[in-house]
Amino acid sequence: MSTPSTTTPLVALDDASRSFGAVRALQNASLALRAGEVRALMGENGAGKSTLVKILTGVDRPNSGTVLVDGEPVVFHSTADSRDAGVAVILQEPTLFPDLSVAENVVMGRHPKRSFGRVDRPAMKKTVQGLLDRLGVDLDPDRPVQGLSIADQQIVEIAKAMSFDARVLIMDEPTAALSGREVERLFGVVRALQERGAAVLFISHRLEEVYEIASVVTVMRDGEVVHDGPLSELPEDELVRRMVGRDVTQLFPKSEPKIGEVVLDVKGLSREGVFYDVDLQVRAGEIVALAGLVGAGRSEVVQAIFGVDRATEGTVTMLGNDLPLGKPTAAVAAGMALVPEDRRQQGLVMDMSIGQNATLARLGDMRSRGLLSPKRERAEAERWGERLQLKYGRLGDAVGTLSGGNQQKVVLAKWLGTEPRLLIIDEPTRGIDVGTKSEVHRIIDELAGQGLAVLMVSSELPEVLGMADRVLVMFEGRVTAELSRAEADEERIVRAATGRVSAPATQEIA
Amino acid sequence: MSTIAPTAPAPDRTPSSPRSEDSRLKAILGRWETLILALIALVFLIGSGISSEFLTGESLTTGSSDFTEYAILALPLTLIIATGEIDLSVASVLALSSALMGYLWNQGLPMEGIIPICLVAGALCGLLNGWLVTGLGLPSLAVTIGTLALFRGLAFVILGDESVTSFPTGYTDWAFGNFAGTVVPNTIVLFLVLAAVFAVVLHRTPFGRAIFAIGANREAARFSGLRVNRIQLRLFILSGVIAALAGILLTLRNSTAAGNVGEGFELTAIAAVVLGGVSIFGGTGTIGGVLLALILLGGIQKALNLDPDISTYWVNIVFGILLIGSVLGPNLAARVREARRINSRGTRPPRPGRSAAPQSGPGGEGNSNA
Repeated sequence: MSTPSTTTPLVALDDASRSFGAVRALQNASLALRAGEVRALMGENGAGKSTLVKILTGVDRPNSGTVLVDGEPVVFHSTADSRDAGVAVILQEPTLFPDLSVAENVVMGRHPKRSFGRVDRPAMKKTVQGLLDRLGVDLDPDRPVQGLSIADQQIVEIAKAMSFDARVLIMDEPTAALSGREVERLFGVVRALQERGAAVLFISHRLEEVYEIASVVTVMRDGEVVHDGPLSELPEDELVRRMVGRDVTQLFPKSEPKIGEVVLDVKGLSREGVFYDVDLQVRAGEIVALAGLVGAGRSEVVQAIFGVDRATEGTVTMLGNDLPLGKPTAAVAAGMALVPEDRRQQGLVMDMSIGQNATLARLGDMRSRGLLSPKRERAEAERWGERLQLKYGRLGDAVGTLSGGNQQKVVLAKWLGTEPRLLIIDEPTRGIDVGTKSEVHRIIDELAGQGLAVLMVSSELPEVLGMADRVLVMFEGRVTAELSRAEADEERIVRAATGRVSAPATQEIA
Repeated sequence: MSTIAPTAPAPDRTPSSPRSEDSRLKAILGRWETLILALIALVFLIGSGISSEFLTGESLTTGSSDFTEYAILALPLTLIIATGEIDLSVASVLALSSALMGYLWNQGLPMEGIIPICLVAGALCGLLNGWLVTGLGLPSLAVTIGTLALFRGLAFVILGDESVTSFPTGYTDWAFGNFAGTVVPNTIVLFLVLAAVFAVVLHRTPFGRAIFAIGANREAARFSGLRVNRIQLRLFILSGVIAALAGILLTLRNSTAAGNVGEGFELTAIAAVVLGGVSIFGGTGTIGGVLLALILLGGIQKALNLDPDISTYWVNIVFGILLIGSVLGPNLAARVREARRINSRGTRPPRPGRSAAPQSGPGGEGNSNA
C-alpha cells in the first residue's frame, strides 16, 4: 500500500493514559488507524495491548487523553458507542450462538422483518450471502454455527462486523487457533477488507504473520508505545528487541539429548470418529512432538493418553505398567502430567490463588498430620515459583491476575511438583509473549536433560523443529509420518500434515 | 517515525491489579460475615423487644433445638453446593428415615437396630442421587427434584397416614434434654460436633480443597487428577446419611414418626447455606458463614413465633427476602465496586459476583413440629 499517512485516521487514540490504582497500564499512548491500512500491534502480554483495545472498543475509558473518530474527539461510553462509530472486534474465541444458523448469527438483533414482526428469512439469507461473497468465502448461510471450525466462526464474526458497516476491525490474536491454510484464508479476507477501505488493527504473537499481513506496526512495552513506523524498516530481531527490551539470544535452546528407557508406550489407541490406531513411544530424556493441523486429533490423543478423554481401544503403558483408560488419577499416580492447551478452562482454577493452583495436583503431599498444612503449601509454591522464575505479587493472589506466560509457569509448577516421569504439554507457548516463550522452551529443554520424557503437541513449526528429537505428524486422526530430528523439515511436516503421505524419506506408519 | 530506543531490561511485570482478586474476595467475605453478625444483633434486639422471653435460657433452648434439623441438613448441603451441585431431596430422606423408624419400631425391632438401618437407608438414597448425577451425568437439580418426590412417596408407602409415637423414653428424653446441666440441648451439642468435623474436612483437608476446585472449575479439577465423580458421589451419600440422622433426631425430639415430617426443610437449609456466603455456583464458602446464617434464621424464627399476633407465614416471607437479599447483595456490591473502579461516567457490562439462581426459593414451612 502507498503511505496514506496524510489522511485523517478513521479512529485514533491520542496521548491516552490509563491507571489501575498504582499500576499504569497505559501511558501517553497514541495510535492511528487509517483507511486501507493494516497495522500490527505488538508487545508482550502485560505491555498494555488489551487496555488499548478496551479503550478503542468502549469497554474501558482512559484517565487522560482522547479517542478520535474522523479527527473529532469522542467518548465511548460502551461497546455500543464504538460499534456505532464503526469499530468492530474479532476475538480469538468467537462468541456466537451455536444452535442458530450462520445467517441468524450475522443479523442477530437486526433481523429483517416482514409484517407482524415475522423474520424475513429470504431477505436475511440474501444479505448474508452477499456479505460472505464479498469476503470471498464459501460458507452456507443456512447451516448452524455448531460444528463450524474456529476459523469459519471468525469469518462469521467478520461478516457480522461488516453488516454493521464496520470501518475499523480490531483482530485480537485471531490466528492463535488456526492452521496454516486457515490463516491464509483469513488473510485473504483481511486483504479484501483493506481494499474496501477498512482499517485493521492486527494483534498476534507470530512474527511471520505480522510481516505478511501488516504494513505498519505499533510496538508496546510496559504500557508505552515504544515504536511506531512501517514494518519494512524494522527487521525481525529488532522488532523482538523492541518488544522485550532485550535480546532474545537463543529462541530454541536445544541441548544434546541423553535418551534412555521407554517411558510411555501407546499401542493402537483409537477413539471412534476422532483418532485411529495411534502408536507412539516416548523415551526418557526425549522430546517427541505431535505436529499437524488444528483438528487433526492431536489434543484428543494426548487427553486420551492422560485419561481425561475416553479411548475406545488400545493400550497405554507407563514404564511397563498398563494404565486403565479414562482414569487421570491413575495416570498421575503412574508419573504422567498433562499441561493442557486451554489454560483458563483446563489448566488452572482461575478463581483460586497461585499457591492453591500450584499444589492442586498433589494435595496429598501437602498434609501434615492428616491436615493440609498452609506452611507446606506456601513453601512448595515458593520453591517452584523461584525455580521457574515466576513473576507474581503474592501467592495468595488469584492466578487470573498473572500474565499468560506466568500462568503457564503455574501450570508447569503444579505438574513438576508431582515429579512426573512423562510431561505431556499441549501447545506449550500458545498466547505467551516472546520473552516468556523462550523461557518455557528453556525449561522444557532442561527437564528433558534431566531425564524427563516429553510429549509436546504444537502447531508452531519453528517450535516443533527447534525443540523435538522426533516428530510424529497427524492428519485426520491418524499418524501419517514419523520423522527424526535430522529428517524433520518444514516441507515434510506440512506434506504429512495435509495428508500427502507419499513424501520421500518419511517413514510411513499405519 | 518515532522510536524510543530500549536499553534497560524489562522490569518485572508483576500482576497488574494493585489489590488482588483474592484479597478483595476475602474483604467481601469479611464484610459479608460482619453483615450477618450485625443482622443477628438486630434480630436479638427486636426479639427482646417483641417479648421479654426472647433472651431467656428457656427460649434459647427451644429456639435452638427447633432449628437442629435445618442446621444438620445444612452441613452436607454446604459441601454439595460448594461443588456447584444441589441436593433438594434431603427433607424427603429425613421423612423416609422417620417413617422407616416408625415402621421398624412397630415391627418390634430394638432402637439399637433401627438407627443403623435408617442411616444405611439414607446412604442408599444418597447413593441413588449420586449415581444418577455422576454415573449418568444428569443435572443434580432435576435428579433431586425427582427423588424429593420419590423418597417422600416411599415414606408414605412405608408408614401410610399413621404416626408412631411409642418410642422408648430413654431415647426421647435424650433428644429432648440438655447437655450436662447447661441450657444447650443435646441435639445442638451433636450438631456442633458435626459442624466442627465438617469445618475441618472442608477447610483443612485435600478432600475439602478438591470440593472448592470442583465448584470453581470442574474441568480443571479433572485435569488435575482429582477424582471428581467419586468425590461428588461421596458427598451425595454423606448428604443422605446426615439427612437420615436428622430424621432420627426429629422423630425422637417430637416422639413422633410420620411420613409428612419436615416438608420444605430443604429450602430453609439451602437458604442458610446461601445466606452464609456459599456461592450457589460453587467454589467459595465457609462453614463458619453458614453457622452465622443458621443463628440468624433461627433467631428470626424464634422471635416471630414469640409474638402471638404474627402469623407463622411471616417467617417464610422474611426468609425469602433474606435469601434474595443474600444473592442480590454481593451482586450489587460488585457493581458498585466496578463503577468506582471505572471512576468515570458511562456504563460497563456488569460482572455479577453471585447472581440469582433457579434453586433459590423462599424459606421453610414454618415450625418444625409435624
